[in-house]
Amino acid sequence: MYAVANPSINNADLAKIRSSRCTVDNEIARVDSSGLRYRELNRILRDLVASGVKRIELYNVQGQRYIGTSLGGNIEIVISGTPGNDLGAFMDGPKIHVCGNAQDGCGNTMNSGEIVVNGSVGDIPGYAMRGGRLFIKENVGYRAGIHMKEYGSQIPAMVVGGTPGDFLAEYMAGGIIVLLGLNLEHDKIHRLSHVGTGMHGGRIYVRGEISGLGKEAVVKEITDQDISMLQPLIEDFSRHFDYDPWKIIDSEFLKITPNSDRPYEKLYAY
Amino acid sequence: MLKSYLYPEYYVERDQNKCIRCKVCLRQCTYETHRYDPEDDVMLSDHEKCVNCQRCVVFCPTRALTIRKNPVAYRENQNWTQEAIFDLKKQAETGGIVLTGMGSGKPNLTYFDRLLLNASQVTNPSIDPLREPMELVTFLGAKPNAIEVDQGPNGTSLKTDLSPQLRLEVPIMFSAMSYGAISFNVHEGLARSASEFGTFFNTGEGGLDRRLYKYGKNTIVQVASGRFGVHKEYLDVAAAVEIKIGQGAKPGIGGHLPGEKVTADISQTRMIPAGTDALSPAPQHDIYSIEDLAQLIYALKEATDYRKPVSVKIAAVHNVAAIASGIVRAGADIVAIDGVRGATGAAPKVIRDNVGIPIELAIASVDQRLRKEGIRNRAAIVAAGGIRSSADVVKIIALGADAVYIATAALVAMGCTVCQKCHTGKCPWGIATMDPYIAKRINPDIATERLVNLLRGWSLEMKEMMGGMGINAIESLRGNRLALRGVSLTDAELKILGVRLAGD
Amino acid sequence: MSIWQLNNPHKDPKVIDSCSLFGMMDLSGRRFNSKDPVRAIANMHERGNGLGGGFAVYGLYPEFEDDYALHIMYLDMDTKKTVETQLEKWFDIIKSEEVPSREANVSDPPIVWRYFGQPKRGQRPQSPDDYVVERIMRINTETGRAYVFSSGKNMAVFKGVGYPEDIADFFMLEEYQGYLWTCHGRFPTNTPGWWGGAHPFNILDLTVVHNGEISSYDANRRYLEMLGYNCTMQTDTEVLAYAFDLLMRKQHLPVEVVANILAPRLWSEIEKMNEEQRALHTALRQTYGSLLMNGPFSIVVAESGMMIGLTDRIKLRPLVAGTKGNTLYLSSEEAAIRVVSPNLDRCWTPRGGEPVIGRIGKAKTEGILLQEATVC
Repeated sequence: MYAVANPSINNADLAKIRSSRCTVDNEIARVDSSGLRYRELNRILRDLVASGVKRIELYNVQGQRYIGTSLGGNIEIVISGTPGNDLGAFMDGPKIHVCGNAQDGCGNTMNSGEIVVNGSVGDIPGYAMRGGRLFIKENVGYRAGIHMKEYGSQIPAMVVGGTPGDFLAEYMAGGIIVLLGLNLEHDKIHRLSHVGTGMHGGRIYVRGEISGLGKEAVVKEITDQDISMLQPLIEDFSRHFDYDPWKIIDSEFLKITPNSDRPYEKLYAY
Repeated sequence: MLKSYLYPEYYVERDQNKCIRCKVCLRQCTYETHRYDPEDDVMLSDHEKCVNCQRCVVFCPTRALTIRKNPVAYRENQNWTQEAIFDLKKQAETGGIVLTGMGSGKPNLTYFDRLLLNASQVTNPSIDPLREPMELVTFLGAKPNAIEVDQGPNGTSLKTDLSPQLRLEVPIMFSAMSYGAISFNVHEGLARSASEFGTFFNTGEGGLDRRLYKYGKNTIVQVASGRFGVHKEYLDVAAAVEIKIGQGAKPGIGGHLPGEKVTADISQTRMIPAGTDALSPAPQHDIYSIEDLAQLIYALKEATDYRKPVSVKIAAVHNVAAIASGIVRAGADIVAIDGVRGATGAAPKVIRDNVGIPIELAIASVDQRLRKEGIRNRAAIVAAGGIRSSADVVKIIALGADAVYIATAALVAMGCTVCQKCHTGKCPWGIATMDPYIAKRINPDIATERLVNLLRGWSLEMKEMMGGMGINAIESLRGNRLALRGVSLTDAELKILGVRLAGD
Repeated sequence: MSIWQLNNPHKDPKVIDSCSLFGMMDLSGRRFNSKDPVRAIANMHERGNGLGGGFAVYGLYPEFEDDYALHIMYLDMDTKKTVETQLEKWFDIIKSEEVPSREANVSDPPIVWRYFGQPKRGQRPQSPDDYVVERIMRINTETGRAYVFSSGKNMAVFKGVGYPEDIADFFMLEEYQGYLWTCHGRFPTNTPGWWGGAHPFNILDLTVVHNGEISSYDANRRYLEMLGYNCTMQTDTEVLAYAFDLLMRKQHLPVEVVANILAPRLWSEIEKMNEEQRALHTALRQTYGSLLMNGPFSIVVAESGMMIGLTDRIKLRPLVAGTKGNTLYLSSEEAAIRVVSPNLDRCWTPRGGEPVIGRIGKAKTEGILLQEATVC
């Protein structure tokens, strides 16, 4: 017996689903997602965008995956409920706003766009992220920001209002990670292990202190150039989650960068 | 730096009578082995530096040069071989992992040479490919269990929606070699020849240079753990997407592009700082379990609107049959398996030579297993890892593969002599280097011509062999174990291969 | 064809699968029906492939509270007769009946019966539990066509080949009430699926549902077999169940210590501990090194009165915990918890290697605290 995980949907069924669950008003669509499989939901989103909708509000999202993956361009998606894994994976352009928590793989290999999560996210957010912005109000899980990259003006950023799990920024090659620790106890130490192992590019700005640096990562002082990168991110973060940006900008920040650009040079004999 | 106890592996023998001091050898050698002594008007060679790439030998106009292996000075010893001793000393000097390039050359890992093909005689006629059509067209992708048709007033039409397929004019594709491990001109040669011949080339894990987007229809793009160069356009131009889980040369560990090879171009394509080592971490960090692989496969299907086949490439390891079964059940349209002879631009020598299993055994057991589970048609199987000739292609298809990936063979066609120094970035043939001065030595027009010749030559040979067997369509060869017989193989080996002994 | 041929037809060194997990427990001991657990596990449909689903239910046989409830799968009626003859010799059976079921979207169900009874121990010095375990191991290895898949008191496992929601349908789980439910959806990769191979795995009261693959399996298996356990199902989940049985029931180690054996601290962390802790953790690794579970895993283990959630020490598999009032939830994905309880009191992700333990009467939890999600 072989079970097919996601058989294709035919157009007649899809049309029925659309008419019973979507309402479109001007360029805003509202979709009741309850009970929909991810393939159906994402097809509906694609069709809505193709028909010119600019803002989509999803209600009763119950773990559907890959929301935003197949969409491009200047559209806004607001999610109420809990989106499933790989939210915005490979995404190029849209802005997604999640009213609660998101799960694993948020912003996986994201190219451009924005994901704003009014809660926490699971593991592996921003894996191989290459552009765009990820704003998380609270915590991120394990293995955040692995292999983030940048080139020229395409610099991805992940701003975490709380604190991350272990194995942050492994193999980081570019981009910006900001850890604000707003929910930490008053001694403000981000307690994790294995930060920046294999890091060879990029930078992590930490409000407060951090434990567990890997051997390729080193703490440096903030410069004016850093502040010019950090400030707009904090302002945007504060705008999204209703904080006073100046209270945050006014704190002590450290910067973590790679201590060499060839961390593995000594490992090999040629 | 510790003093090296190693002595030259090769020495350069120059016939001074033939040498005309043209200095071509000096210019061609990228390892600075040759030099000219103006006082004595003589060419001298620094044997320590010679890696036996044969560039100077080929280009010397008077054939004055020969490279000889420096005879083993150590007492002969089957256990403590020269190679073992050299590697130990190198490690003692550096404390590092000994790197190497290309595929494993160890003995007893090749089964192709112990498999023989059939020919039709008397009871069944052979077919002459010069006169009669011989079909090599192959489609890679998931096939349904059955077809449904619609019978209407205008005749019968197809009702079933088939999964996306790749059409190959010949069951041979160019395997993954990353931009960075090899130069742009080589990538261009592979892209153009695949395009001209009607097959595909694989970008490898380094992304795809924009200048090659126009060959997208013949390109399989790879998504590896470093996710280098993976963005919407990359996925959009491609004909298929391949998730790289592993490769035969280094199963279980990540990719490594030494900083020397990360030039400005590579920095842009891979989006990492120039001069850093480009490391692809060992696991894809979002795949820790089979359901995670299923999750990534469907993420890519969503990202490409289910219009392109998604392939998964693995190294052939001990439980490859079970793994392949899991991959097929996870939704992959193509499973590419790379055997222990698979090559690489850089890998730790111990892993290259000691990890993985031969592709012949892997394909035989995967094909058998998928058939036993009734799911063989759900994915195409592509074999890779040391395919050297059209005979190897025919044999591996008879063992169950749908098509093959070749890489070393393609590089050899362009000039490579398998000297195993790709990781230094100094390939004098201009292939495994990013140095713009040396990389110019590969002319994309000539490279394309050579590769097209290779594919053409192999196609003609395959047609002759198939005709000799009495078949005129590749479908009849696929999994046809009776086309093979074994020699010098044990019963257990014959059993796994599913092949009888010659004479039986 | 024997059960282990069905379970592992290709004679692979072990069965590999992957999955979804869910656990729900009322910490006050109040019993509830199957509706929420089934809805939650059905929500994680994508993680499975329909080739396995199962549930463990605790507190469902109040009228047989103190009797061992043996649930057995038979491949044929002759085997059933043979095994029942043995059961008569070994146990005083109070009640025996076919486990009620209805037609559902599941494949090839075996014959499934349950027996309530007490051991006939006579003069043996063995504890009743050891007696029962020994008898079950014999039944499971002798005929090759019968499998005791649940053997605790006032608890039962229901499992088979089908999506978990279909298994719930087949076994009519809506008829039962329990204070603790664990659920599993399976995605086996190298076996077409046999009813006994689904999760949960059980020994006496203990059940394990598991997501991931233990790469140290053979080392773990050899150690346990040396101590008398028969790993007939050739799966890592079975090995986990026996490891818990050995450490908790036989060696009386507290749960927190068991977690530290299966998912021990890294040596680099042990170096940083105070002397007392360092001595303990070093001794655990020295003694129980063969039970170190290497590889990604998240598990929900249940026993009478207790539910434990645990991931491997570098948390390669997901596990989310939540509480609402007296109810503790554990799940592979947060969305599944939210489907049955949208407004949680607390929702968090436990740290790798640190257990979440729910006991009747109190909830003890550790981990990174996630604040409640706000609804826009």
